[in-house]
Amino acid sequence: MKTASQSLARRLETPAGMLPRAFLVAAALLVFVTYLFPLWNMTMFAPQYPQGLRLHIYSYKLDGGNGGQDVHEINVLNHYIGMHDLVSADFTEFKWIPFVLGALALLFLRAAVHGELGHVLDMVVLFLYFSLFSLWSFGYKLYRYGHDLAPTAAVKVQPFMPPMLGRRQLANFEVTSTPGPASYVLGLMALLLVVALVLAWRGSRKPAPELS
Amino acid sequence: MKSHTKTLLLWALALVLVPGVIAWSCAPSAPHGANRPAAVSDIALAAQKTYVAPGDLDEYYLFASGGHSGNVYVYGVPSMRHLATIPVYTPYPATGYGFDDDTRKMLGGLTWGDVHHPSLSETKGDYDGRWLFVNDMNGRVARVDLRDFKTRQILGPIPNVSGNHGSAFVTPNTEYSMMATRFSIPIPKGTVAPVEDYASRYKGVVVAVKINPTSGEMSLGWEILMPPFNYDLGDAGKLASDGWMFWTSYNSERATGQLEVTSAQRDRDYIAAVDWHKAEKAIADGLGDTIGGVKVLDPKKVPDMVYLMPCGKSPHGVDVSPDGKYIVGSGKLQGVTTVFNFEKIQTAIRNKDFSGDEDGIPVLRYESIKDAEVPVGLGPLHTQFGPDGYAYTSLFVDSAIAKWKLGTWEVVDKVPMSYSIGHLSAAEGDTVSPDGKYLVGLNKLSHGRHLSVGPSQPESSQLVDISEEKMKLLYDAFTEPEPHYAQMIKADKLHPIEVYPKEENHHPLAVWDVKDAGVTRQGDKVIAKVVAVRSTLWPTSINVQKGDTVTVAITNIEQTTDELHGFGLLDYNINVVVDPGETKTFTFKADKEGVFPYYCTNFCSALHQEMQGYLIVNVR
Repeated sequence: MKTASQSLARRLETPAGMLPRAFLVAAALLVFVTYLFPLWNMTMFAPQYPQGLRLHIYSYKLDGGNGGQDVHEINVLNHYIGMHDLVSADFTEFKWIPFVLGALALLFLRAAVHGELGHVLDMVVLFLYFSLFSLWSFGYKLYRYGHDLAPTAAVKVQPFMPPMLGRRQLANFEVTSTPGPASYVLGLMALLLVVALVLAWRGSRKPAPELS
Repeated sequence: MKSHTKTLLLWALALVLVPGVIAWSCAPSAPHGANRPAAVSDIALAAQKTYVAPGDLDEYYLFASGGHSGNVYVYGVPSMRHLATIPVYTPYPATGYGFDDDTRKMLGGLTWGDVHHPSLSETKGDYDGRWLFVNDMNGRVARVDLRDFKTRQILGPIPNVSGNHGSAFVTPNTEYSMMATRFSIPIPKGTVAPVEDYASRYKGVVVAVKINPTSGEMSLGWEILMPPFNYDLGDAGKLASDGWMFWTSYNSERATGQLEVTSAQRDRDYIAAVDWHKAEKAIADGLGDTIGGVKVLDPKKVPDMVYLMPCGKSPHGVDVSPDGKYIVGSGKLQGVTTVFNFEKIQTAIRNKDFSGDEDGIPVLRYESIKDAEVPVGLGPLHTQFGPDGYAYTSLFVDSAIAKWKLGTWEVVDKVPMSYSIGHLSAAEGDTVSPDGKYLVGLNKLSHGRHLSVGPSQPESSQLVDISEEKMKLLYDAFTEPEPHYAQMIKADKLHPIEVYPKEENHHPLAVWDVKDAGVTRQGDKVIAKVVAVRSTLWPTSINVQKGDTVTVAITNIEQTTDELHGFGLLDYNINVVVDPGETKTFTFKADKEGVFPYYCTNFCSALHQEMQGYLIVNVR
């Protein structure tokens, strides 16, 4: 008697069609696009900064508006409240995120070649895990910056959580945090993977052609 | 008293009182002449034309000379708001100018200068927005870099030139900044001759200061020996007259003593016309004699290089029209301004149509070179041009500006100035393509058109709308003493930086990390490398021994606009201000023992007040 799990296992071994595979290849290629744009943008407006100070967080680096000068400016301001300097070296994410993205791209290509439904499912799960872990890591980083304040700071502020998404008023600053283009590319990749999975799943309902 | 005696007395009293009252009531309280109204403006129109809303920007920069303040003042037009002061020849603690080593060296021990004629650099006769050259009566010329609005070079005192008034006029491609002697002296400087020998042994010179076309660096070019007249103002020929330089001169009487009388006896003085290409060639041919360390050409040895054009007596301005065809000379004691025709000047030179000579320099025949005497009004001083063939001449005595047409010589409008206008400055009004629109009258007297500030009254500069047929007074501004000439340039021609980029700072003593700030010693020479950043001056204390020579190098490591830091050192007469990304040094002898606070003088941040440290001068 076939158990459900055996049936599922067999189904997962069904080869995916050409379209789901093409989607996997497309997702792999999109990985390179994510390097070109920031994952996240933070904009800070204050009366003294009518043009705003801008942070651009890439998968591998921290950049600022005004030719990078805004990072220095944010650090100068943050030292008054005892916040750690924002320096790329403190972000382990800048090392492992590009590595993991590269590894994911390779796995996508591998899944495209092997082309079984199960591989596509693996990719969706892995990608979901990567995305959620990265988001948590980003949030935790923000939490630490807002909470590990030097006790000797000139200006004592209540530990705070900078906004991850949306707008918040912090002292004289209106801080807005929004996903950058690279995050939308990651979203597009996720969409491609899910569509690939759905297509592959549907395709697997047809009986596989018997090999004689 | 008898009654008829009483009557007599009453009559006598009436005879005195009645005419007295009549006479008293007849004394006019205002001038009768309808042509002498006070300077007034249509308020609604003027307000609309000059109002620059908060946050909005002006359309033009006005670079006004600061006279004997030694500064250049920058105003926005049409708001006439004072935007900045550029110290040139005078220490200015507000920006630390004249306190740090570089600028102190540049000032050369002099603490004043007299700036009269700013001159914007030109390419093909049009302002290019690169540099501003300004004269100093003490024989110097300075270059302000318009990339950062800072004085970058002071050249001089230049040998032989004495009282550098006729400067710093540039040639159409900024090949030269020209200078001229106002007070002739025996040369080289240091030579003594009795003033009775003025006519023969005192000399004037005109000077060409060479300008490097890429860096703007000035160097001594050459000079021409001139008769002992007082050389006044100049303008370079352009387009049709390119290659020529014109200077007015007065005291062709070669008089001394009470010059206001003795130098105003002849009906005509001269405009000197110099063919500077010929002078260049003569220098290349080795015809110059070395006097006071510079090559000086004698017009007797180099014919066809200098000519004299007779002009109405005691002329002030000489101004070349935008097309270069006309040269307008204003005899300040006349009621007309004289227009010379460059083509006629060339013809007269070819035909040797001379009426005499001065020390071997041919005098061109006035009637042969003059195109018109324009009846502009009394006391014409200086002329600017509009885009449409109109000229604007300031009238000191009439206290007005006359607008007249080149070619037809018709005076079409006058506007009163309050009071006694000297120079005027129209938008790009001395270039090959004037803009029109605005004109600023730079008046010598303000006579209480402002809240009283005591006897030392400000000068007044008045903005005039010249965009239409009738000139309209728009605004009274009270400018820092003392505006002589000014230059007005379209704002979009300038592209100033707002911070000094870190990567361009190659100062050997610059440090960019607070960890590198500190004090090093070699013998009795101490170098303190200081980092200025919100809100600390690192190191926070500097220890030296009494007698040490201390060099403090301050680097402002900010790259944020407007984050200036100062370093004021009490009791040692030092205040240096360092712009973002800049390094400045100052050197002093620690000759007073004790503890001396230093602090940030230029407000920077919420904790600016805490930005301080101590210089400790220990006794050995």
